[in-house]
Formats: sequence, structure tokens, C-alpha cells
Amino acid sequence: MLKDQDRIFTNIYGLKDKSLKGAMARGHWDGTKQLLEMGRDWIINEVKNSGLRGRGGAGFPTGLKWSFMPKESDGRPHYLVVNADESEPGTCKDREIMRHDPHTLIEGCVIASFAMGAHHAYIYVRGEFMREREALQAAIDECYEAGLLGKNNKLGYDIDIVVHHGAGAYICGEETALLESLEGKKGQPRLKPPFPANMGLYGCPTTVNNVESIAVTPTILRRGAGWYASFGRANNTGTKLFSISGHVNRPCTVEESMSITFEELIEKHCGGIRGGWDNLLAVIPGGSSVPCVPGEQIRNAIMDYDGLRELGSGLGTAAVIVMDKSTDIVKAIWRLSAFYKHESCGQCTPCREGTGWMMRVMDRMVKGNAQKREIDMLFQVTKQVEGHTICALGDAAAWPIQGLIKHFRPVMEARIDEYTRNAVAHGVVMEAAE
Amino acid sequence: MAKLKVDGKEIEVPDHFTLLQACEEAGAEVPRFCFHERLSVAGNCRMCLVEVKGGPPKPAASCAMGVRDIRGGPNGELPEVYTNTPMVKKAREGVMEFLLINHPLDCPICDQGGECDLQDQAMAFGIDSSRYTEDKRAVEDKYIGPLVKTEMNRCIHCTRCVRFTTEVAGIAELGLIGRGEDAEITTYLEQAMTSELQGNVVDLCPVGALTSKPFAFTARPWELGKTESIDVMDALGSAIRVDTRGREVMRIMPRVNEQINEEWISDKSRFIWDGLKTQRLDRPYVRRDGRLQPASWADAFGAIKAAVSATTGDKIGAIAGDLASVEEMYALRELIRSLGSENLDCRQDGAALYPVLGRSTYLFNATIEGIEQADALLIVGANPRFEAAVLNARIRKRWRRGGFPIGVIGEGGELRYDYDYLGAGTDTLSDFVAGNGSFVEKLKAASRPLIIVGQGALTGVNGAEVLANAAKLAVDVGTITEGWNGFSVLHTAASRVGALDLGFVPGEGGKNAAAMVASMDVLFLLGADEVDFSAKGAKFTVYIGSHGDNGAMNADVILPAAAYTEKSGTWVNTEGRVQMGNRANFPPGDAREDWAIIRALSDTLGKRLPFDSLPALRKALYAAHPHFAEIDEIAAGNPEDVIALSKKAGKMSSSGFTPAVKDFYLTNPIARASKVMAECSALARNNFKAAAE
Repeated sequence: MLKDQDRIFTNIYGLKDKSLKGAMARGHWDGTKQLLEMGRDWIINEVKNSGLRGRGGAGFPTGLKWSFMPKESDGRPHYLVVNADESEPGTCKDREIMRHDPHTLIEGCVIASFAMGAHHAYIYVRGEFMREREALQAAIDECYEAGLLGKNNKLGYDIDIVVHHGAGAYICGEETALLESLEGKKGQPRLKPPFPANMGLYGCPTTVNNVESIAVTPTILRRGAGWYASFGRANNTGTKLFSISGHVNRPCTVEESMSITFEELIEKHCGGIRGGWDNLLAVIPGGSSVPCVPGEQIRNAIMDYDGLRELGSGLGTAAVIVMDKSTDIVKAIWRLSAFYKHESCGQCTPCREGTGWMMRVMDRMVKGNAQKREIDMLFQVTKQVEGHTICALGDAAAWPIQGLIKHFRPVMEARIDEYTRNAVAHGVVMEAAE
Repeated sequence: MAKLKVDGKEIEVPDHFTLLQACEEAGAEVPRFCFHERLSVAGNCRMCLVEVKGGPPKPAASCAMGVRDIRGGPNGELPEVYTNTPMVKKAREGVMEFLLINHPLDCPICDQGGECDLQDQAMAFGIDSSRYTEDKRAVEDKYIGPLVKTEMNRCIHCTRCVRFTTEVAGIAELGLIGRGEDAEITTYLEQAMTSELQGNVVDLCPVGALTSKPFAFTARPWELGKTESIDVMDALGSAIRVDTRGREVMRIMPRVNEQINEEWISDKSRFIWDGLKTQRLDRPYVRRDGRLQPASWADAFGAIKAAVSATTGDKIGAIAGDLASVEEMYALRELIRSLGSENLDCRQDGAALYPVLGRSTYLFNATIEGIEQADALLIVGANPRFEAAVLNARIRKRWRRGGFPIGVIGEGGELRYDYDYLGAGTDTLSDFVAGNGSFVEKLKAASRPLIIVGQGALTGVNGAEVLANAAKLAVDVGTITEGWNGFSVLHTAASRVGALDLGFVPGEGGKNAAAMVASMDVLFLLGADEVDFSAKGAKFTVYIGSHGDNGAMNADVILPAAAYTEKSGTWVNTEGRVQMGNRANFPPGDAREDWAIIRALSDTLGKRLPFDSLPALRKALYAAHPHFAEIDEIAAGNPEDVIALSKKAGKMSSSGFTPAVKDFYLTNPIARASKVMAECSALARNNFKAAAE
């Protein structure tokens, strides 16, 4: 279990003073100027050595991403964009940072902007996050007053941070759709290449990072890459905010070491599974976009990028959704299908048409009003969507259903059998005639 | 140049090529819906997916991936792309299935049937049955104007129409609203689009969602005869294809001509065809007892003969209209001259253009393609949006690339691009000629400045002076250099340049159009309907033309002739490009081709012209004017003529430039006979308010 002195987010529950003064008392903003004086290359190297991988879900090495930014400006400004459009069902980590520990993020923005030569940082906050935006804005205002931000500040590096409030579209969490939205256009993902590091916001070199990735960097630099890398397994280092929801006794968001086992995570922080481990049906370990894992496989699973990939799932945003045996798993996955159908931007064909199709078939699967061969067809449809779209929303819509079919096919078939058996008695004939 | 392998075949293509273009280059067909060469890349239909070796284990959209974006093997192997692997086949079938699940099975009643990309590609790349058993999506049809019919159930969201209207046409009136499967293409408030190029979305739409409203349910594409021809609605000579069934023109489509219209045509060119069927003159008429009464050809010719023999040569004159072809104007010129008259004019509007000044003083010397090389533009007394809508799109195309200051002297108004409004007329121009004004500096700083002089600037009392002053300005700011002549006159009449080339202007002692209308004993009007007849003093008027319009109303004898789709003729566009149009159908009733009428009349008048057939006429024409034989070529004018003209610049009196085209939709007799054009005109006049009803 992560020791208290190793926690980066020391006020994640909002029990302490979240003001600048309070944050400084807890060690934030300590020696920031000295960190900047170490230079860009040192910062990027430290982040690389720490093994930090992007906390937004894809897990791309953060230091590597920063190093893609041009070293010298060709006349165009550089931008840092922080993706605070946290909309993945089950995920509730960035909001805790923004409303209770905003100074970790702001300090991170300063350091990251410096590391990539940006003088402007934009924080794109999800539309529904009203209080979070207020808290973040208040903290930024505090920093301006204290002379930590703006032109000619105490840190010796000009930096402006702008909080932009989104309008509540899930797709705007996709980095290029976020840039489009930030530019005032309709939030639709862009084609890649060109990548944002080359042509991002307003056609300028841009790096888009998750809130958590940015917020942890000051502490990494202060305590050293070696310290951060000492948590977790190789290639999966560091600490991570896990948001555990669903059928556990005490759902919570908690900072833990990477590569902790699922059992330890649940037992230590959540008071165990509701009704005991025998009552565990399935877990979606990384937010709604990853396939579910059946209970018997997840118990000893190692909660990191590679560990969960071996189980055919993924760490994603580390939003652990726990479902016990009272759950109608087919309906649960149908709900996710409905979500993706609703949030598809409609730009490219497979996702626009496929999400609706998948949801409608799932609709019938929930009732059992389907043929068994349609399960195979549904699987094929998900495969036709996956990997054929502009952005990853198509993949995200396909994977939960693939996980369902892979692990819970007997449940779906039983449902169909049940429906068929009762068909005559329940007036299906009438339904069909309509 | 980049080297790569497509399906194992090694090819070398330019660096800026996309994979799709490279695949086409290698002879591999790649299906596509959203990709269009002249629009930005959307990459949203996902039909053009190909497999890239060594890339991620998923197919890549070839329309959006550049050849420089893919990498070869570690040992210097060439990058490889496949279009024929199982992965690609599966991807195409998958996308096609998705496109079809919500596409109605309308093909038997759909106007796009037979020329539908979706239909064709479903045959080539689709699977034969549907696995989709849910309800299909229903989308409400939208009103987007009188020209484009919508059937939104069929839309596949390729956004070609949206990209065309925003990028090429320059209007932000069409867009995609909603998201996911509820996304819809609409003008939002369901108003008519205001673009003069909106008809092109019909061609761009790969399915039957946007179809031609006037053409709806009238014919199937495979039953139409197709004739390649030249448009005469403006002076650009856009390449068109006239589709006919039997004797009837069913529709007009654009052809590709990179030098003129790329692949766009204006709405007037496209939707004019119903005007070819109404108000037609299908038999000769002779005015008796103050009324025009049907007559035979012999009666009509007899009446003309009587009038001609009763007067002398200097009281006979001829005016050529805006749509006349070179052949008939040549025949008419020969006839009038043989009657001993020098009273000829083709400038119905009185524009001050004189062939004696040299050909480059009345041509669009920069050429339409040359607009893309220009780096500054001054528009003098022209409104290209209405006078030459397709050319305006070319200006916009250049403007979008940036670094292209545009200034306007004249009427101003919405031109579809940003410009500096500099002034209303001659005062501003003389100021510029004197070297004042910041825009003059911009023109001087440019290496290829372009000055467009419109007909609106050349009419009125100042016409000749404005032309000379514009030439002086052009010479002063350096538009005439080695390999560049930016002094460009924009014409509005298809016949004008050809007529000026022929010298269809008053000869020694001859009278101009206005004087002829006022004073001739016998006046021949060759489709001339735009002259002001209010001061008509001419005694005996002969109208040779196709439509019962102004000219016919004021005539004493009407000789029914062929419209532009009904004859083979030569037209010279505003650049001086000689082009030949072809006959697609036949004139109605007793109407005949114009040159044949003039030839028959010459016989009656005892001045038999020396040709019995069109080839013989052309032989004589080419002998007299060799450049007409160079079809599709421009015989460039001599820049020295512009320099010589510039020396004649004198003082202009103060006046504003009047627009040459007052109503885009009603500029010629065919357009005025068209119901569709009338509807468009009414909409435009009412500022499109009526559309909302």
C-alpha cells in the first residue's frame, strides 16, 4: 500500500486547505523556479526516466510526447492544452484534482509549458464541471495575484493559463476534437497525420495532456525520477488515481501505486466486494471503453497497463467499475452502447452507423428477442467498426460488446432461449404482427 | 518525388500526392465518396481504406495519408501499400454495409440511379445481402432553394456539399447539424442558398440526396443523348454537356476544362434549359396592319427585299446580339457590306471597345487560369460574382491561398471574398492613375498584378477614357511584364470577343448601335435583345433570333433561328479562346440555323454569299481570320497595344460605374423565357425572404 508520504495528491478529498497558502504548506510550488532553471532538456529527461505514461487512457509515454515538440519555434507559438474533459463513464479522478488540489495542475502547467516552449496553456474543462471550473479558476486567479503566472512573474517565465469551459460532449475529450472545439468549431476529431505536435491548436505545435499527467510532474521533478519509478513494475511505474465505483462496500477515488493487485486495491480501500468475493460477477477495469473481465479472472490481476492487457482488457483511466451478481451484465453493456451511440460525432461512417446498429441489436439482446446467430453478427459488426474510424471512439464502442460476447456468451444465449420459450405465452406473435 | 510500391508495383509520384492518388497512378482503383480532388480532404466516408505495410494493424484512409507519411522497411525497402488484400476487402465491405443500412432502397425511383456512386460501388465492393433488420433512419427533407431537391434519407454524410459551398462558392449556408446518426445536412433555417454556383452540389453529391429539382423525374441518364458543347450564358465559354432525349434538351451538365471552368458551371448555365422550350419563334412573322402575323419564309424574304430595295446602303445596318456565334456574324457582316453599308455593331450596351486598338485591349489577357498566378487584384467596374460566377470562384480560390490583396472600384457588394472598397467610379480611378492611394502601392509591390476591367466601366460617356486610364494604371503599376499581361477585360456577352475579332463594329463612316436604332431604314437584329428600343426610329426592322423577346417585339419581320444548343458554332471567350459548340438537338418548327437564313436571304437580295454549307462558310472565315481555326487555343494579344492605349489616357468626367449585370438570372432572351430563372430571380430580388414560407 502506498505510504502517506508518497502521495502526490495530498488533498484529494478536500479535507485540507485548497488555497495557494494551503497548497504551499503541503509542499507544492516549492522551488518551482529552481526546477525551471534546470532547463528544458533536464525536465523532459526526468519525465522520461520516471516512466510516466499518459493518464488519459492510452498510456503514451509523457516524456516522449513532450520531446516531439519542436525544440526551436519556427515563428509559430507553442501551446500546451490540458484535457480536463473527463467524461468517460466511471472516471472521476481529474475532477477531484481540479476541485480540491488545483495547484498541482497549475504548477504542472507551468513546468510543462516551460518544457515545450509554450507561453500559453489552455485547460479545457468538461461542460458539466461547474464547481471544478470555479475552483480551478479561483486557484489560477490566486496564482496571478501571487505573481506566479502572467507576464514578468516571479518564476521568470511568461505563462498564461486560460480555462476554457466545454459544452459537454464526450467526443471533445478526444485530443483533436478538443482542439477543434477550443478553436470554436464543431467538436469532430481531425485526421492524423498531421499530429498536434506539428499542427495542433490554430495550426501551431501543441501538446495535449491529461490533467493527472500534468499534475504529477512537479512532484516527480522535486522528488526525482527514481522515486517515482520505484512504484509499480517496469514500464508501468508510478502512482495512479484509481476511481472505484459500483458494487463495492465503499466506492472511492484513491491514489495508489501502479501494479497493485485488484484484490489488494478493493480490500484496502473499498472494504471489499458487496456480498463477498463469491458475489463478484465482472469488472470493467479502465472506464467504459475497455472490455469487461469476469470476476474469477480479475481477482489476482495486476492493475497496470500490461497486466490488464494480458487479460484482454486495459487500464484505461483506471476507473474500476465493479459489478456483482445482481447485475444484468447484458443490460449494463447495452447502457454503454447507448452512451456511445449518443456521443458519436457522426463524422465517419463506421462509427456513425455502427454505434446505432450495435445499440439496437443490444436492445434486443437485453430482452432476448434475437437469434443466436445474431451474436456472431454483432461480434462481426464490432470488428467492422473497430480500427476503421478516424478516432478511437469507434474502438471504445466496440470493445465493451466484444468483452461481453467473449466472456458472457452463455448468458446471452440463455436469455434468448428464455425469451423463445415464453414467446407464445407472452404475445410475441402479436408483437411480430405489428 | 517519392517512391513506393502499390500492390507490388513500384511507382514514383510527387511528394504531395496522397496514397489514393498514388494508388490511382499505379492503376489500382480505390473507391471513395467523400474525397474530391477540388475540395479539402474530409476522410470521413472511410471507403478508401488501404493496407499499409509496417503500419498499425488497421487499414489507413488513403485519401488523407500522404505518400511521405508512410515509412519503408528498416533496410531501405520501399514503403508498401496494398489495395487487394483480405483486410482491405473486409474493410470496404464493412463500410459499404454501414453506408447501406440506413440508405433507402430507392434506386428504382431515384434520379441519381444510373449515375450513382453508391450504386456503382455497392455493385463493385459490396456484399449481396443485408444483415440489418432494425428500422431504418428517416430524415426530413429540407428546402434549400428552387434548384436543388433534397431527399435526405439518402444522405451518406460525405459533406462534399458543405465543403463545396464553404470553400468554392464562399457561402456559409449549408452545414451539418446534430451528431452521431442524427447528423443532418441542412441550411438550418431552410432558406434557399444564395450562391450562383449552388447547382454544382447536385453533381458533387455521390448519392441521390441532392438532385436537380427542375430535372426531377423527367428522364433516366442512360436514355439521354450526350453532346459536348460550349456554354454561352456568360463570356467564359464554360465546357458543358447537353443531354437530350429526342428533340428535347433534358438537362445541361458541366464538363471538365481546367483552363476555364475546372468542373463547375453557374446556375444560369445549368438550369437554363427550360428556357429553350418556351417563347420560341418557330415560324416567320411579318408585321401587317400593325400586328405580327405568321407568314411563310417567301413572304418574309419578300418583305425584306422590298424594304432593302427601297433604300440605300448607308441606311441599312445590323446589330449582333450577345449569344450569336462567329459564323452567323461573319455571314451577316458579309451580307451588310455587300449591300454597301458599314453600319455594323456588336456592342449593344455601347461599351467602348475598339478592335483597331489591338486585340489585347479587349481580352482577358491574364487568362482565367492565370488568376491563380496573380498576387494582387484590382477590379474596375466589374462584379465578377454576377458577370462570371465561375471566374469569381477562381478568384476566391486564389484569395483562399492568401497573400492576395483585392481592391474594388465600382459597385461593391458581396463578392464571396474580402476586398478593399476603394471608390465608386472615375474619380477614384483618376486618383489611382495619378499615383495616389495605398492600394496602388500594393499593386506596384506585386510581381503579377491583375487589373480586371468590367463592362460597367466601359459604357456611358466616359467609356473610352476609362479604358485608356485603366490601361495607363496597368502599365504604371507594372502589370505588363515579360510573360505576364495583367490587363484583363471581363466580358459578359458570349459573342462579344468573336464579334470584335471579326470587326463587327462601325466601319468608315458607319453608325453605332444606338445611332442605328434611332435612324436606319432597314435594321437587322441578329438576336439583339439588349438594345434600348425606347428611342427607336428605325423604320424596318428584321429580327433573326430564337426567342420572342425585346427584339422580336420591335421587329417588322421575324426570321426564326436556332438557339445555342441547336447549332454548331464558334464562340470566343473573354480570354480570346476560340471554342466550338456542337449541335445537340434541332430548332423547333420552321426555325433554321442562323447562317443558313442569312445565306438564303442573300440570294433573295441578289447578293448571294459564296458558301453553300457550314464547312464552306468556315473555310472562307478561316481564310479571312486564320485564328478562328485554332480551336481551344488563345491567339494572345500584343501587350504593346495596351501600352499604346495607355498613352491616350486623358481626363475623365466624374461618374460612377454602373453594374453591367443587373439581374444575374435574366441576362439574355433564353434566361428570360425560363421559369426556373424567373423563380430564382424573384427569390434574389426579395432577398430570399419568400423561401422561408
